[in-house]
Amino acid sequence: MQIRSMFFKANAASALANPVLQGNMRMSKGKFVDKRRTAITDFQAEGGDFEALREAGAELRNRVLNDLDLWLERFESAAIATGATVLWAKDGAEVCRHVVDIARRHGVKKAAKSKSMLSEEAGLNQALEAAGIQPVETDLGEYILQINDNEPPSHIIAPVVHKGLDEVADLFARVHKTPRKTEIPELTREAREVLRQHFLDADMGISGGNFLVAETGSVALVTNEGNGRMVTTLPRVHVVVTGIEKVTPTLEDLSLLLRLLIRSATGQSISNYVSLLTGIKQPEEHDGPEHLYFVLVDNGRADVVASEFQDMLRCIRCGACMNHCPVYQTIGGHAYGWVYPGPMGSVLTPLYMGLDKAIDLPHAATLCNQCGVVCPVKIPLPELLRKLREKQVEKGLRPLMERLTLKAWAWVACRPKLYAVGTRFGVRYLSWLAGGRDRIGALGIAPGWTDGRDFPAPQGKTFREMHAARQR
Amino acid sequence: MRVALFVTCLVDMMRPRIGFAVIRLLEAAGCEVIVPDSQTCCGQPAFNSGDRASAAMLAKKVIAEFEGYEYVVAPSGSCADQIRNEYPGLFADDPEWHGRAVALASRVHELTDFLVNVARVDKLPGNFCGSITYHDSCAGLRSLGIKRQPRQLLAKLPGVELKEMPGAEECCGFGGTFSVKFGDVSAAIAERKCANACTTGADAIVGGDLGCLLNIEGKLRRMGDETTRVLHVAEVLAGDD
Repeated sequence: MQIRSMFFKANAASALANPVLQGNMRMSKGKFVDKRRTAITDFQAEGGDFEALREAGAELRNRVLNDLDLWLERFESAAIATGATVLWAKDGAEVCRHVVDIARRHGVKKAAKSKSMLSEEAGLNQALEAAGIQPVETDLGEYILQINDNEPPSHIIAPVVHKGLDEVADLFARVHKTPRKTEIPELTREAREVLRQHFLDADMGISGGNFLVAETGSVALVTNEGNGRMVTTLPRVHVVVTGIEKVTPTLEDLSLLLRLLIRSATGQSISNYVSLLTGIKQPEEHDGPEHLYFVLVDNGRADVVASEFQDMLRCIRCGACMNHCPVYQTIGGHAYGWVYPGPMGSVLTPLYMGLDKAIDLPHAATLCNQCGVVCPVKIPLPELLRKLREKQVEKGLRPLMERLTLKAWAWVACRPKLYAVGTRFGVRYLSWLAGGRDRIGALGIAPGWTDGRDFPAPQGKTFREMHAARQR
Repeated sequence: MRVALFVTCLVDMMRPRIGFAVIRLLEAAGCEVIVPDSQTCCGQPAFNSGDRASAAMLAKKVIAEFEGYEYVVAPSGSCADQIRNEYPGLFADDPEWHGRAVALASRVHELTDFLVNVARVDKLPGNFCGSITYHDSCAGLRSLGIKRQPRQLLAKLPGVELKEMPGAEECCGFGGTFSVKFGDVSAAIAERKCANACTTGADAIVGGDLGCLLNIEGKLRRMGDETTRVLHVAEVLAGDD
């Protein structure tokens, strides 16, 4: 996917100026948050300890990442033993090459896809189309986006959360050339009817993978619509495209991660479907693919292993961080400019795509740590964002004025007498600007503040000078 | 009890009366209050902007100024968190300063936490009369566990009626330099906070961090609300000078 993260500020401004998007974001804001809270309250009421679960989840993910190569080798040999083929992709381009090669080898004309953020990273749909293979997104949200001129998703588990019912109704009427429908069940039925034929026609199914199980060579898929099952069992060929960090040692470990993931993501105790797919169709079996491929993708991940950002690879893609993020809630996911939005995206995008490609993202957070406290695997997201800011400073990527201002301010703040003079002058200047009122409407040195709100006037003197006067 | 007041740079410049309110509160709790007069800033703006060298430089200054005191109190969860939880990490490669940072860390308290858990105050000088809605500032809440402390203290004032707002724990959008770098996003988040606070119809929005309060007050006034007061919890608890 083309990265547009360098335009974050402009993207955010247009998101704020879009009343439809703002309305949709307001509508969706509370839903995920409330559902997660209820799910965890219920879990605790049943005697569970969600904090202990988070701790165990973080520990498990760390254990895997510390020996990632070993777990991947174990997964590879287990998967091969089930009749699958395991391929490795260094980057998105190699993902596309592998999948197009597989499609050509099996004479594939149409590929049915279930949701995969990695295929967004790789730009897989465009590559398939260019090779004359029709990709059909079958997750309802992804389908809506695909028929809307391949619009990118704005959320990792609810890709179309930025759209309202009216927009989808208009879109379906226009694209399907059917009478406009206004009820959600009618719209989903219409999508199902369209998708049904695609499932039956598809020669190849492409899915992501929520987790890979090393001991069995299986892939686990967590879905709510059932399309994942159709995609992975009906076509002759199934290709799993997923990141190398998704491996987990055992089925027991998988059950821990599922308990964390689903409650954190949708607030369900378990999703409608949890599929555990192992190997190709056996002679005595009725369904399943004849050919199963795993494309295991690096695309920047291997460089993060053993770095000071390794904690980020614990991520199990629940979306809780963005659901709870005040910035995401305000501007939606598209503004972030690449595949992953919100706090996890603001860490992943610069790590995978390059610090210089996403200068604003690590700063586009209030560091409120709402993300950190809801993360099911305890990723210290604010700390990682701050470390990325440090990397930017180290590499000289911040604007010169900003760096000089900080240095000058810190230099003065280390010299109390000079600082006292500076602050006395500063508060008098601000008081003069306020002109006797209790606020300043326009502040030349910080227009970013006063464009959207007033700046309360200072009291008039500094505490230090007033205190010194009282002591005398 | 000898207590050093870390007044914070924002209170120093914008609201000295909060600093004096803290002194009255601490003295009413039986503390001897010392105000080291060379203090400036905890260095958080540099730390959060990625300028680790400047942050460490200021941290050393704060450590040297305050390490001689048994207790250090700050009327800010964010600054107290910076000293308690972030200073030691700044000196991971410097055993001497790391040790000094750790030694200071546990003696630094956010004001309401100090009043409740260390000074164990019973009586407060404040005489505020009216309804209050309390905004939980992020660093205080999520890094220091400041939640019930201010509410316990406010409950001791007979004239105060506490009306909780929806989303009291949600960020107000301040975020230090974020409020200027991404002013439009910051102001939009502040608008939600103000709308939530206003649903309570409280006479005053009260919090423990001046950054958030300036953000909230600025947004409220721009929204045309001229009546809702925005106060630091110290002002409410200490009453008039």
